[in-house]
Amino acid sequence: MLLVAEQLLNGLQFGLLLFLLAAGLTLVFGIMDLVNLAHGSLYMMGAYFAASLVAWSGSYVIGVALALGATFLLGVVLEFVALRHLYGRDHLDHVLATFGLILFFNDAVRLIWGPEGLSLPLPAWLSAPIQIVPGFFYPSYRLAIIVVALAVALMLYWVVMRTRIGMLIRAGASNREMIGALGINIKLLYTLVFGLGAALAGLAGLMQAPILTVQIGMGENILILAFVIIVIGGIGSIRGAFLAAIFVGMIDTLGRAFLPELLRKMLSSAAASTAAPAISSMLIYLVMAIVLVVRPEGLFPASKR
Amino acid sequence: MSFAFNARNAAAALLVAGLLLLPLYSSLSGNVFVLTLFTRIVIFALAAVSLNLIMGYGGMMSFGHAAYLGIGGYAVGILAFEGIGSGFIQWPVALLASALYALVIGALSLRTRGVYFIMITLAFAQMAYYVASSLARYGGDDGLTIYKRSNFAGLINLSSRVPFYYLCLACLFGGIYLIWRIVNSRFGLVVQGLRSNEARMQAIGFPATRYRLVCFVIAGTMCGLAGALLANNTDFVSPAAMYWTRSGDLMVMVILGGMGTLFGPVIGAIAYLVLEDVLSRCTEYWALIMGPLLLLIVLFGRGGIMGLLGRRGDG
Repeated sequence: MLLVAEQLLNGLQFGLLLFLLAAGLTLVFGIMDLVNLAHGSLYMMGAYFAASLVAWSGSYVIGVALALGATFLLGVVLEFVALRHLYGRDHLDHVLATFGLILFFNDAVRLIWGPEGLSLPLPAWLSAPIQIVPGFFYPSYRLAIIVVALAVALMLYWVVMRTRIGMLIRAGASNREMIGALGINIKLLYTLVFGLGAALAGLAGLMQAPILTVQIGMGENILILAFVIIVIGGIGSIRGAFLAAIFVGMIDTLGRAFLPELLRKMLSSAAASTAAPAISSMLIYLVMAIVLVVRPEGLFPASKR
Repeated sequence: MSFAFNARNAAAALLVAGLLLLPLYSSLSGNVFVLTLFTRIVIFALAAVSLNLIMGYGGMMSFGHAAYLGIGGYAVGILAFEGIGSGFIQWPVALLASALYALVIGALSLRTRGVYFIMITLAFAQMAYYVASSLARYGGDDGLTIYKRSNFAGLINLSSRVPFYYLCLACLFGGIYLIWRIVNSRFGLVVQGLRSNEARMQAIGFPATRYRLVCFVIAGTMCGLAGALLANNTDFVSPAAMYWTRSGDLMVMVILGGMGTLFGPVIGAIAYLVLEDVLSRCTEYWALIMGPLLLLIVLFGRGGIMGLLGRRGDG
């Protein structure tokens, strides 16, 4: 029972982390209509920035804050230099151009930080397990991820739905020309949104970093997961991304934790140990395929928001 | 279809002649490496050409095309591993397996459009990737070494460089010829019509999905052949052949060369792989140049290399 509870929390934590990544992706996709494969690179850059800035400043909090700022700036520069010229172009152009950016970032990281990964050590106050209910300990760092990601999700909802900036963003998404004609600097707005998405990706990357290692290509697998999420949730819908992210996080974590046991009961143990890792890796893709076959526009199509 | 003399056709003719004469150059200059490189290029060109059929002519942006490379390769590898070395069995199985996979995922994926289609094809290819990684008997993550190339009973010896190169080239030219016939047939015109305006084609009474699915299966089968060739070329097949970056490579080749042109993908494959080879010999960090270059090509070179050679005359 404790194991189930722990895995549920792990699933929630992973799902929320995925949401941070998917939120930026779906914002950029929904508002600028831009397919950004390089979003995973921003995730990676966030982790690398954090690892080196924490080591440089000697303080976890300062390093992380600086890394967030750096990823935001990187996003803004990236948008200004390259991606803004892709708005309004074919999705295929986006795929190709941002594929090139992935190649660039992977090698840039290799050049700057070297091919071996980095590690991001946790401060003492985050590494001790915490007692949630008597007898049930949970790593305090994972709990911190849950709290931070939930806070960010709420803030994002508040900004997009309740503030003037958010109103402008939503208006820009539905009619770019009109909001430009009303005297809003839509270009600046887009740049800011892209920077925000980059910072969210960076946040996800630097929060995941202490759990896994910081390495080249770390953004690619998780980027595909983020795409699966926004496709399941319906492209452009933040609410859909949130629900789909939790869903995918749960399925992935629980599948990896319990599927091998489950299969062992049904199959011979040799067959189960071969099949289990494959099936648990495939599970989310399977879910996505099923969702798309039943609802080709995802669960929460943005057009019917 | 007329063969007017223009820059594009001249480029295509040069290309064909160059590829045909390459082994001669290789043996005269003693440069064996160039033949090895171009065998690989020709195989990838076949894969790119098949992707171009659905992407360029059919408007179906598949981001999972590398799956067929893996499926074709694994069909050869697994049969060789189990002691069935005959190419007359291996290759038909490779084609059949690819066709079957294309039929199943095509039937599911073609329900979606646009970005959703890009993503669902990607998801299926990733699934194939994970299945291959889990084949513990056949090497799992590490891949499967093929100790003996496909045996064609004395008809052709795949282990000898030049005949193998010409076999690959024959497959490539055969593929291009097939696509040329398809594109100019009634079937091909319907598929291209669907790309331009689906609603109108359906209103005339063409069943959109069925036409697209057949096209999708043809392209998949052709790429499965490329997979079988690739496995024989490298004597090795691994899940990495299906990884999504490989699908990305194929897309880049098609777009770089020029989507929806017969020889564009071939030029794209040559340009991409030669560039990769040259850059990686100059610097370890070749992608640092390749990445921005791709970006520039997208930003400024619409229509790819074929686009630079002039506007499309007759397709």
